[in-house]
Parts: sequence; structure tokens; C-alpha cells
Amino acid sequence: MKTDYTIIANRQLTHKTWVMTLRGDTSAIKAPGQFVNIAIPEKFLRRPISICDWSHERGEITLLYDTVGEGTEFMSRMKPGDTLDMLNGLGNGFSTDPDTDRPLLLGGGIGCAPLLGLARTLKARGKDPIAILGYNTASDSFGMDRWFEQIGVEAHIATVDGSAGTKGFVTDVIREKGIASGYFQACGPMPMLRALCTDLVIPGEVSLESRMGCGFGACMGCVIQTTEGPRGICKAGPVFRKEVLIWK
Amino acid sequence: MEMNTISRDLSVSLSGVKLQNPVIPASGCFGFGYVMTSYYDIDILGSISIKGTTRDARFGNPLPRIAECPSGMINSVGLQNPGVDAVIANELPKLRAVFHQPIIANVSGFAIDEYVECCSKMDNAEQVEIIELNVSCPNVHGGGMSFGTSPASVAEVVRAVKAATTKPLYVKLTPNVTDIVSIASAAVEAGADGICLINTLLGMRIDIKTRRPVVANVMGGVSGPAVFPVAVRMIYQVAKACGVPIIGCGGVMTARDVIEMMMAGATAVEVGAANLVNPCACKEIIEQLPVEMERLGIDSLSSIIGACK
Repeated sequence: MKTDYTIIANRQLTHKTWVMTLRGDTSAIKAPGQFVNIAIPEKFLRRPISICDWSHERGEITLLYDTVGEGTEFMSRMKPGDTLDMLNGLGNGFSTDPDTDRPLLLGGGIGCAPLLGLARTLKARGKDPIAILGYNTASDSFGMDRWFEQIGVEAHIATVDGSAGTKGFVTDVIREKGIASGYFQACGPMPMLRALCTDLVIPGEVSLESRMGCGFGACMGCVIQTTEGPRGICKAGPVFRKEVLIWK
Repeated sequence: MEMNTISRDLSVSLSGVKLQNPVIPASGCFGFGYVMTSYYDIDILGSISIKGTTRDARFGNPLPRIAECPSGMINSVGLQNPGVDAVIANELPKLRAVFHQPIIANVSGFAIDEYVECCSKMDNAEQVEIIELNVSCPNVHGGGMSFGTSPASVAEVVRAVKAATTKPLYVKLTPNVTDIVSIASAAVEAGADGICLINTLLGMRIDIKTRRPVVANVMGGVSGPAVFPVAVRMIYQVAKACGVPIIGCGGVMTARDVIEMMMAGATAVEVGAANLVNPCACKEIIEQLPVEMERLGIDSLSSIIGACK
């Protein structure tokens, strides 16, 4: 539902990445990997942003966002006490009972965000997830590996230029560390997700992103072709099993 | 005087089809309706114009299909729909299960025989009360809007569809023309029972970082409050020239916009882009209408149709 949320913190992590914590009704959030759609003052369309983590007990939601345009730049100027109108708990989210004891969580850039709530949920369900976070360069990394470690989840970093962690992509970490898993869950830029879906032999699922009109299945502005027919990223997704996706 | 002492009459009639109020979610902005029931009881709506339907299933255009604009948006969905047979078999029953008001079927096409076949099937669908002939979609090539940009081609498709259907036929026109009145008049002379206007205005945005169009199909249809004054102007012009009911559409965000559009000459009003940014937009408009009527001293909404002289 459309509801107002109060910002309790809005902090810059890197040259482009921010973390915002809001307080309000979290009851619509059913699974990690769902997203909110945020009304930005002076802008017409809402901005979809994945939920990094949440607490029903505290009534709090954490969002990570990159300042990529006018909407997110506006968000970065907001202060504690300001309110945002958000549609909450949109989309399907990641599966929280994958058929493996050691789910492999693979993030790219800002796409690492929803993996934190996923890792926490998987831990609570008795799984032992492992996270691999990929960035272009060390200065893009926002210290999320430590957030995973704080909840008892092993985390590794890869950077394309080798300035932090393993040099290369998240798949290079898998090879280098000899990590074995029965299921991967990923979020990141499209080229990364395409590579994971085609290169990894294990089953898995990926969270897609798109410019959206509504975020709740009304406008068909974000529909992709799948092996099961056309599906809206906002409503049937954003998380899709790799076998239903068609990569051209 | 207390607010609720006078019952305000919100009902209107489109070619004999009575609507409990004039508020209709516009085609393409409300799916097939039932998706919105998680937000409110859609039975409060006057009607619903369902997602534009074509004879054959269409995937539509590649992503991105959406762009932001000042006071509005651009879409280039490209008439994605499962095809008329699937709409009648699957979507209309699902909508009818949760919606008991008149349903408007929005039909598009790429050739006259295709329009006729699709409209004829919708004409036979028991759930459909009104057919909205979309000759104005700007996002497909070789069809859609190309039928709506000349009086002769509008007349040709309307005449053919009218001959094959019995239900009220409303022709949804494009504003991307030099003389809307001549197009609307041609539709009416060819047998249209009413006119719906406006569809989106053709527009474009460019990503100045990548120097590429924002939407994959390069251009798309502009909607939202930015186009509201264009819609009001065209409704006013057509209402003065043609003696048929008009379904107004274009940038309506509030109950006041509904009243303004009706004063311009609309009998009912479609709400499009507003639903996408506020899923409860139509509900809020319907709830606000009696308040605005009270404030303006309007007892019956149908009394203000074309009230602007």
C-alpha cells in the first residue's frame, strides 16, 4: 500500500552509494528481494529500489541506492525526519528455502543490496549462505562484506581491476576458493546475470531490474519474454529462476 | 448546510450504458483490472477500459518502454496483449469475477479485417458493454495511429467495424493530427456512437550521458498531467462540433480535473497515468467528487457535461 515513511538515517557510503533507513509499516514485506517504489517530489514516476534489509520488530527498512539520476540525487539530499511516500513489498522476492545447505549469494555493485536481507533470512532458516560481492574497483565497495560477517555469513569480494579482493568477477572467486554450492541467488547488472545464468552449471535465480511505469503489474512497462510467456519484472519478478530466462 | 444532506448524483450514461460514476481507468494503465484488487474494491469504478487487445497475441516492444517527463511520462509498450481469444477466455472472466460494472473493450489492429474480426469477437463477449476502437496507438508500426490520422482512413475502419458489431462503438483518437474536429466528424459520420480522446502525444527523451533514446523504440506516447490542457482543448472542440458522447482522457489526476473535462464536453472520464503513480488514484477521485460537487454547487454530474460555453 501507499504509505509514508520517515527517514531516520541517510548516509553516504562511497562516491555514489548511499544507505537510507526509514521507519514505517513493514507489513507488506514478505520476502527478501522485494522492492519499494518511491514517490520523489517534483518527479512524476516512482523510483523502484530493492529492499536491502528490514525489521518487522523495529518497523525499519534499509535501502541502498546509487545516485544515478535526478530522482536518486534528490533522495541523497533528504534528511532524517523527512518523509517519503513508498509502495512497499512489491514483487516476488528470492526463494528462502533453496534445495541446498549452502546457497551462493552473488552480487554486483548496488545489486549486492537485497542479498543482505536474503542472507539474514536464510540464516534464520538454518542455511549457511556464502556471499560474493563484485565491484569494478575498491572505491565502489561500500563495506558490505562486513555487514554479512556481522550476521555470521562468510563474504568475499571481487574487483574487476583487482584493487580489492580477488581480481576479476564473482565467478573467479568461486573458482579460486573452490566454493561448492547447490543453488545460486544473484542480483547485479545484466551482463553479470547473463554470464552467471550461462556459465554456472548449478540451478539458481536472478533478480532483474528495469525502468518501470507502475511497479505492480498494471502498465506492462517492464515485461520480458520468458520460456513461460511474457512476464512483468515488477509483478512476476524481479526474481526469476534461471531456466525461464531467455538470453539473446 | 451539512455535507451529506443532499445526495450527489454521480451517474452518467454512455449511449444507454449507465455508469454509477464517470471515472474509468484508461486502457493500458490498469491491466485487466483484477490485478488492482489488492489495492481497493474496483467495483466502485464507473467502468474499466481493459488493456488494448489485438486479434493476435503481441509481445510488444523491447525494454526500456518507459521514460520520465516533466509532469508526465513516455511509454512505448507496443500493445502487448495475449490476443483477443485469450482475453475473452481468460482475462474477461477473471475481471468479471471481481467487477460488476460495465466493461469497455479497447481494440487495436494493423489492418481493417483484423479490427473487424477482433471487434466482432468482443461484440459477442457477454462481459463487454462498449467497444473502444483504438486508432491512435503511437507505438506500433503500420497500424494503430496510422488509421487515426486521416478522416478517410478513420471513416473506413469505423464503417467496417460498425457493420460487424452491435454494441456502442467509441473511437479513441490520437491528438497527433492537425485538425481533430475533421477526424472526429469523419468517425461520427461513419457510424461511431461516441468519441474517446485523447490518446498519448508522440514524444521522445534522450539520455544525455549515452546520447541514446531513453525508450528502446526511440519514440513513445506522452501522458500524464502535462497533456491535460491539450485533452481539454480537443474535447471542447469536438464536443462543440459533433453531437455524440465523449469519453475524455488525458492527464486526469484529480476530481477537479474530472469536473473540468466534463465541463469541456466529456460524458465520462478515463484516468490513465495517475493509476501508475498512485494505484488508488481512481478511488480517491471518486471519493473526492461529491466533495468538489458540494463546493461547486453541483447536484448532478451529468448536468455539467459541456457546461463551458
